[in-house]
Amino acid sequence: MTHNLHLWLIPVLPLVGAAINGFFGKKFSRQAVAGVALSFSAAAFAKVLVVALQFSSLTTPHIEFLATWIRAGSFQADFGFYLDQLSLIMLLIVTGVGFLIHIYSVGYMWEEAGFYRFFAYLNLFLFFMLTLVLAGNYLLMFVGWEGVGLASYLLIGFWFTKDSAASAGKKAFIVNRIGDFGFLIALFLLIKHFGTLNFEQVFSSIAPLSSETAGAGLLTAIGLLLMVGAAGKSAQIPLYIWLPDAMEGPTPVSALIHAATMVTAGVYMVARSHVIFDRAPAALTVVAIIGTLTALFAATIGIAQTDIKKVLAYSTISQLGYMFMACGVAAYSAGVFHLMTHAFFKGLLFLAAGSVIHAVGGEQDMRQMGGLRTRIPWTFWTMTIATFAIAGIPPFAGFFSKDEILWRAYQVSWVYWFIGLFTAFLTSFYMFRLWFMTFFGEYRGTAESHEDSPHGHGDHDDAAATHGHGHGGIHESPWVMVIPLVVLAFLSVTGGWIGVPRSLGGNNRFEKFLGPVFHADVAEGAEGHGFSEMGAEGHGMAGSPNKETEGPEPQAGHGTELAFTGISVFAGLLGFVLAWLLYYRDPQLPQRIAASLGGLYQAVVHKYYVDELYANLFVKPLIAGSTSILWHGIDRDVIDATVDNSAHGANEVSDSVRHMQSGNLRSYAGWVAAGAAMVIAYMVWMGTR
Amino acid sequence: MVPISYYLILSGILFACGVTGFLIKRNIISIFMSIELMLNGVNLSFVAFAAQWHALSGQVFVFFVMVVAAAEAAVGLAIIISVYRTRETLNVDRVDLLKL
Amino acid sequence: MLHLIVFLAFGAICVAGAVNLLVQRHPINSALSLVAVMGSLAVEYLLLGAEFVAAVQVIVYAGAIMVLFVFVIMLLNAGEEERTKGSQVAMLFGIPGMLIGSVLIGWVLLERSGSQAVAVGAMPGPPKVIGWLLFHDFLLPFEVTSILVLIAIMGAVVLASHPDADQGKKEG
Repeated sequence: MTHNLHLWLIPVLPLVGAAINGFFGKKFSRQAVAGVALSFSAAAFAKVLVVALQFSSLTTPHIEFLATWIRAGSFQADFGFYLDQLSLIMLLIVTGVGFLIHIYSVGYMWEEAGFYRFFAYLNLFLFFMLTLVLAGNYLLMFVGWEGVGLASYLLIGFWFTKDSAASAGKKAFIVNRIGDFGFLIALFLLIKHFGTLNFEQVFSSIAPLSSETAGAGLLTAIGLLLMVGAAGKSAQIPLYIWLPDAMEGPTPVSALIHAATMVTAGVYMVARSHVIFDRAPAALTVVAIIGTLTALFAATIGIAQTDIKKVLAYSTISQLGYMFMACGVAAYSAGVFHLMTHAFFKGLLFLAAGSVIHAVGGEQDMRQMGGLRTRIPWTFWTMTIATFAIAGIPPFAGFFSKDEILWRAYQVSWVYWFIGLFTAFLTSFYMFRLWFMTFFGEYRGTAESHEDSPHGHGDHDDAAATHGHGHGGIHESPWVMVIPLVVLAFLSVTGGWIGVPRSLGGNNRFEKFLGPVFHADVAEGAEGHGFSEMGAEGHGMAGSPNKETEGPEPQAGHGTELAFTGISVFAGLLGFVLAWLLYYRDPQLPQRIAASLGGLYQAVVHKYYVDELYANLFVKPLIAGSTSILWHGIDRDVIDATVDNSAHGANEVSDSVRHMQSGNLRSYAGWVAAGAAMVIAYMVWMGTR
Repeated sequence: MVPISYYLILSGILFACGVTGFLIKRNIISIFMSIELMLNGVNLSFVAFAAQWHALSGQVFVFFVMVVAAAEAAVGLAIIISVYRTRETLNVDRVDLLKL
Repeated sequence: MLHLIVFLAFGAICVAGAVNLLVQRHPINSALSLVAVMGSLAVEYLLLGAEFVAAVQVIVYAGAIMVLFVFVIMLLNAGEEERTKGSQVAMLFGIPGMLIGSVLIGWVLLERSGSQAVAVGAMPGPPKVIGWLLFHDFLLPFEVTSILVLIAIMGAVVLASHPDADQGKKEG
């Protein structure tokens, strides 16, 4: 610990903003609310930048102690922070993208009632997410973990008067909770066997342990349980069902929470716990399998969705699957790299989608859109960049990260690679499908004819305040919304360039930067590579020619890698071509294909009926059991009955006893005589004992 | 030479008669007189015990009991008079306004 | 021997008077029986040597309190008792209770006191000695009871005063 950086400021600043807006925001003007929210989130971002500037002078991991929290016998958990390269990258993403989305939200939510509430929740989310990322022990991380779930619930259900939004919020929270249960059990196991939840201590206790052979073992159990938690938070099979429903929330929420930051908490957690996973190959395999399957599964659903936000939601699930696939083959830095680029282009995609929805007056069905590219040019060009990025077209950001993952997956098993490749094809296909349906062809919607369309930004009209656009029809979004789009577009273009692999002539600075985190046993030479600016390249950093210190970057020839790169680019282009065919050249073709596929198509459109399955398997029995056993049986017949019957009994007793008050002197005398006899008897008995 | 127990038995009988009178009589003045009978019975046992234990304070206490009985009789009879004025009856069963 | 006969004779009168009090229906008869009881009790006191107490018994109890009773009976013109339906509790619980209580007490007293005999005049209580006790050892109770009597007088006057008399005074 070199010097105190006051890391606590980073989470606490947004918390202060949330408190101010939460308690007093109702009385502020909108400008004041926005000002408070923006300044505190900007302050957090500024603090992170300051820390980043000082980063090269720190020893890592940099641990800061703020205050004691729990001291129970030999167990101790404190408010402590843990800063290393991984946390720094997450911090930059969360505060940077978060700040951009705050700016965007000022424009997007301007007309809404509850403006202050939105920003209070948004700042609150930042607080919890930053706590999660900076936490120095699993317990504090769990606090942040739960807190982001709470913020997510509050924000998904922002238009709480709408049934579907309220239910979606509830669903998100409950499904998250199921994952949290796994997480908790993992924490309990850690406490039981290592006596601490502190990162430093846990990791140093585990480090000397040898790798567990396949199957049972403590670390495997912990790893699997942690994965359950991550599956809940990051929407993997089988707990992904909440994320598509979460699109009920305002679009900036979908961008921030369900694309850029909260859902990546699971990936972060797995990467942080890599010490455990490295020694539990069975758990790691499960992670990889879940990630791969989810990626494919979600992509297949995405190709049939008609709601623009739902397509992006399934795309998020799919891309998260890629990240888990990367972690599952122990390519953690590749997973985090994809996390970063995904934050850029998926955040941009959501914000741009919000811009599109804003432009067409609230419509979210892509079938009602079309031909928008001339009318909303800024949105069009930024979204185009994002689409190319996600499809993995070089030189955009997504290409480098996705390619890295596929290459590393191939090293472990060609199955992962093949499924990943096919999913990349599908990703490209559905994204360009979205692109064509939204921006090309003839406009199929109705917003043109509405002069003062009272459409809000919600799914349906009734949720929001009146839009009140004097100039009716389709229009570009205001500058406050467009500028974040532009910034993110810039990052989507350049963000991948810090991870250019050697085979393409780059230096893969990203992987080197994260090297000390994931390969802690290698030399300190790889440290000290601070980053002064996200996405900056070519600053005079000591490009010290490191030997291949990172273990798993394989030496299999650059030629093979280039070949695989070419194949993935080809898959992306193939998706583009197919989408062009089906949605530009011959728009009637998709319906004919769908009709001919019949049942299969129906299954995909209905998301493979998973929600219905869960409802019948879990929800209905639970409700039935709860009603009959807990409500009728216990609450009504035992608890209520006890109270009622005791009141009834008291009533009966007093009813019978009141007859003693007869008003008759002689009966009183009789009672006195009887009582006196009893007292005398008692005294005699006591006396003669 | 009479054993003390005889006096005590007599006292007990008087007391028991007093209680019985209190329970079965309906005229309020009769009830009052039963109370006086009880008091007398108790006085007798005081004096008897004073004789047994050679403690003169027993007799002194009888004096006090009598004073109290006198005071009580005075006030009690005054109450009976005012009850008679309002309720026009001396039958205790008819004075049951406190009935629930 | 004589002691025993006198005791038994006057004891019988006491009991007879007490029973008569219970049995008679007209209160005046009960009052007169009570007077008889008190008189014979005075004799019993004398047998035990309590001279002062016996004298006070006759003067105060039989002579003042019972006279007061008789006056009130006369004033209120109390007639024979009616047979009203009384209370069941008094019969059901009261009488048995009373019986049990008396039996118990009697049994205890008999157990403990033994057959220790007392001579005539066993504990002489001349007025001088009683007076001494009253004004020395029992001064406080004595004074308190005198205040009690004062209060009783005032209370009786207030309670028994005729309501019309006050009105008459106000008008007059």
